[in-house]
Amino acid sequence: MDTKLPEKNGELRFLDNLARTTGRRTFVQWAGLTLGVVALGCSDDSSGPPGDGEVNLGTGDTGILNYAYALEQLEAAFYTQVVASFYAGASADEQALLTDIKNHEVIHRDFLKAALGTAAIADLTVDFTTINFGDRASVLGAAKAFEDLGVSAYNGAGQLLTSADYLLIAGKIVSVEARHAAAIRDLLVPRSSANGSFAGDDVVDPTTGLEFPERTPAQVLTAADTYVTTTINASGLPTS
Amino acid sequence: MKDTIFGSLDPELMNRVESRRAAVSRTGKMAGALAIASMPVAFGLMAKRAFAQGGLPQGIIDALKFALTLEYLEDTFYTTGVATSGLIPAGDLPIFAQISKHETKHVALLEGVLGANADPKPTFDFTAGGMFDPFNVYATFQALSQGFEDTGVRAYKGQAAALMSDNTILTTALRIHSVEARHASEVRRLRGRKGWITGNEVEIPELQAIYNGEEAANGAATSPTAAEAFDEPLTKAAVQAIVAPFIV
Repeated sequence: MDTKLPEKNGELRFLDNLARTTGRRTFVQWAGLTLGVVALGCSDDSSGPPGDGEVNLGTGDTGILNYAYALEQLEAAFYTQVVASFYAGASADEQALLTDIKNHEVIHRDFLKAALGTAAIADLTVDFTTINFGDRASVLGAAKAFEDLGVSAYNGAGQLLTSADYLLIAGKIVSVEARHAAAIRDLLVPRSSANGSFAGDDVVDPTTGLEFPERTPAQVLTAADTYVTTTINASGLPTS
Repeated sequence: MKDTIFGSLDPELMNRVESRRAAVSRTGKMAGALAIASMPVAFGLMAKRAFAQGGLPQGIIDALKFALTLEYLEDTFYTTGVATSGLIPAGDLPIFAQISKHETKHVALLEGVLGANADPKPTFDFTAGGMFDPFNVYATFQALSQGFEDTGVRAYKGQAAALMSDNTILTTALRIHSVEARHASEVRRLRGRKGWITGNEVEIPELQAIYNGEEAANGAATSPTAAEAFDEPLTKAAVQAIVAPFIV
């Protein structure tokens, strides 16, 4: 697919470029379109049935919850790998912070899996070969991308839910993701920098004070597919 | 949302917002009057609908009015703090200037959407009747900042369901909600605390109501980490009780 990403969004461009610079591709179905996805090796820390083939997120609120579950699987797998062997020079504070985030993401993942019950998608197979887990900048850069992406995903998905209970669940999670995002950004850029990285002008529109962008599932899955080997079928998700 | 956020401003809306701004300014309560040009274009259509026949549903109006009260409080707090010479160390000033910028925009945005339904800005007393001294004691300013941001996160979360009938407004509120959470995380870390809320912990007893209920673990094994992983909503009544001491 030739995904046209918003020009103002550097993170998406970055992720998209990552996808374009790699050779092997599998494909994900999105509402009749085919999105290019990178598939390299795989590493999977999960214990459930593997989803090496295709998972179908389903329809309606269940589909949106599965979409969130997929993202939380991705985040949990990432931080699990981060914490398993910290990058060189990780301070005690950084290790504690990243361990906290890892624990939160695992809890989010398991919570959504339990909420979905038998409707939960299989465990995704992830691919983090583009991330250098020994390098601080690579790990924190990826963490920032994941957290900002996660917030934009939940912000965009709220309106797709029909259940107020599920909306509240999403709300309980997304603000913690935003807290993570600010903290990771805090590690990357000195606090006293102009326009404060924690809620910088790149992620909070300075003309409205709103976090931007809010992303559609198609946009998010396109960005995340760099890190997922499993084919994610999102064709049943609501679009409005 | 996709198609509506780039609508252009309706002249009638502009006039009404402008006259409202003028009226507010005349009362002398408008801290840092905003140029009408700063009215976010993104809210053109949304605000226009507020003035259309029938306007917004009352439930949405009530939720947005409630949100505006909180944004007035935050905006006034930061505008005052940033302008108070010698309060915020130079190294921390960019943080609070950034937060202040956002809160000012949130006020403008909600005023624009609510139009004539917006309440006038209250008069605030951030000493809460002499309990606090935030504009002379930086540590107190920081502590109240954390409390207001964490309250804001919980308050928006609690109102989300009331906004579900309007996708544009719901998404807008969610996009404010996550910004408040970013603010909260930063201020908490600036104070040497975790960016997330552990249990219902707060070291200032007078602010305990802000954190009550945050210890919920949402089905995960009861542990500090499980409670950190989820932020909990607050009811409108609970938030109103929290902010009441700061409103004259």
